[in-house]
Amino acid sequence: MRDPATGLAIEASGLVKTFGSTRALDGIDLAVPAGTVYGLLGPNGAGKTTAVRVLATLLRPNGGEARVFGHDVVRDADAVRGKVSLTGQYASVDEDLTGMENLTLLGRLLGHRKPAARDRAAQLLAAFGLTEAADRQVKKYSGGMRRRVDIAASILNTPELLFLDEPTSGLDPRSRSQVWEIVRSVVAHGTTVLLTTQYLDEADRLAGRIAVVDHGRVIAEGTPGELKSSVGTGTVHVRLRDAGQRPEAGRVLAAALGAPVQAEADPVALTGRVAGDDGRLQAGERAARALSELAAAGIVVDDFSLGQPSLDEVFLVLTDRPAEPAGDEMEAA
Amino acid sequence: MSTATATPTGTTASYVPSAETLGAVMAPGARPPRPSPVAASLAFGWRAMLKIKHVPEQLFDVTAFPIIMTLMFTYLFGGALAGSTSEYLQYLLPGIMVTSVVMITMYTGVGLNTDIEKGVFDRFRTLPLWRPAALVGMILGDMLRYVLAGSVILAVGLALGFRPGGGVGGVVAGLGLLIVFSFAFSWVWTMFGLLLRSERSVMGVSMLVLFPLTFLSNVFVQPATMPGWLQAFVEVNPIAQLVTAVRSLMAGTPDAGAITWVLVASAVFATLFGALTMYRYNRV
Ligand SMILES: Nc1ncnc2c1ncn2[C@@H]1O[C@H](COP(=O)(O)OP(=O)(O)O)[C@@H](O)[C@H]1O
Ligand SMILES: [Mg+2]
Repeated sequence: MRDPATGLAIEASGLVKTFGSTRALDGIDLAVPAGTVYGLLGPNGAGKTTAVRVLATLLRPNGGEARVFGHDVVRDADAVRGKVSLTGQYASVDEDLTGMENLTLLGRLLGHRKPAARDRAAQLLAAFGLTEAADRQVKKYSGGMRRRVDIAASILNTPELLFLDEPTSGLDPRSRSQVWEIVRSVVAHGTTVLLTTQYLDEADRLAGRIAVVDHGRVIAEGTPGELKSSVGTGTVHVRLRDAGQRPEAGRVLAAALGAPVQAEADPVALTGRVAGDDGRLQAGERAARALSELAAAGIVVDDFSLGQPSLDEVFLVLTDRPAEPAGDEMEAA
Repeated sequence: MSTATATPTGTTASYVPSAETLGAVMAPGARPPRPSPVAASLAFGWRAMLKIKHVPEQLFDVTAFPIIMTLMFTYLFGGALAGSTSEYLQYLLPGIMVTSVVMITMYTGVGLNTDIEKGVFDRFRTLPLWRPAALVGMILGDMLRYVLAGSVILAVGLALGFRPGGGVGGVVAGLGLLIVFSFAFSWVWTMFGLLLRSERSVMGVSMLVLFPLTFLSNVFVQPATMPGWLQAFVEVNPIAQLVTAVRSLMAGTPDAGAITWVLVASAVFATLFGALTMYRYNRV
């Protein structure tokens, strides 16, 4: 289940893919440990789909190299195809066919005889809660059911590596959590999963490691925890007893936290980002100091909490784009 | 808007993924050996049949269009060109059959382009299969439509008074040759289906190629009535050769030269455009 030499399911270095003048991949390096969920996180147009298509042997890179379980994706594409499955960003089942027909077709294409292919299809449909819908055309399925039949098709051959390209984009919350459960079961079974997503919470929940992709490059890589602490910010939420003290509280907080503080719609609430780890003080220490300085200034605080930085913040810090649309900020005094 | 939309929601709501059941279906049973090229192509052919079953409207193109062509040209030109419609029909029918069937070969390219656009081919292309299987299977399915269109025209022709001298054997042989050529010619369209960006442009290019090939031929009139330069074109037009061959088979006077020409042309089309298609298919 892994490249015997490295223990890696995917190893890519310097992958480049251009479309005309667009550099969709601009030198991507990846090392995906076998048996884990690995997240490719990035906004629309970052190059996630292109990366997946190169790794799944659908596109030839213009430069660089990639190996899947030790097999080169260009020179040894057929060996790679024997080990992977792809659930594309858009439906990769035939919408004109029924769920049963789609899975039976795939079973036949994987070498099962027709009756065996039918049995396997029925078994998968049952496991994915689609028995009732088995004989309906996929185009009549809801978004969540479509995703499920798509994933069912991808695990029909029990792949060693499963690519899921934005598996929950456009799904309602319940269907999203169903897909998450499925992903967890699949990886628990020993299949490596490469998952792309635009949702930071999704990568956080599912992935053991994450590569943040932007403009065809990996701009950060690590466990969700590492990514958060490398950015080192958290958020302090403060509720005051007296709304009249808010302007002064804002000034004290901004100075102590070393970052701008924002007034919330609630007239007694303030939110402040904690500045990055500058080598002198940890986020927790800064927050503690801020609390004691508020007390020293005679400001009564009803509630004070330090939240972990979200992956949202991590991403925005890494890509240098404004964290939030400009609100009414209070500058440090 | 009642049951069709209500049921999916109901099913989604009640589904709770269970690690146990999912784990059980993922347990690797003995993996079967890869399917042979023939088995894989037949499985794709089965897919084409299922698509016809679910979207029977697509057969409209291959039945209504040929009927209209036959009726229109028989009655429009029959009197003027051959003195009587029934006499003209003996000349026209094999040609109109060739025209109609060759015309619908372009749907192969359109269909492939649509499939790729939708993403289904991404899955097929990640399977460890004999690479041409998906396309061969697709064309096998399309051959069913060619047979259907040819038979419809034949039925209409017989009803209107077409009396082929070659009898059943001659007609079957003529139709068979037409299907062989159409299979080979379909590879031109699979290439365009992969090369061009949209369904519409595939249609456009197909029309651009097919109209001159079918009309600047011996389908409607004897080339002897044409100016010399046009006769020269008709001479090398594969459709004209095909019409001559099919006509001769149906009339019971096989033209060995034309038949050989068509078989050689079929082999060339299938090999050349098959290779170009597969080159493209591996690199989209
Ligand atoms: N087939 C293609 N032709 C031209 N440009 C493409 C093609 N596929 C992707 N691109 C471009 O490459 C970039 C990366 O796209 P993609 O990999 O789809 O990003 P993501 O999946 O992260 O949204 C985008 O700028 C996109 O417009
Ligand atoms: Mg994408």
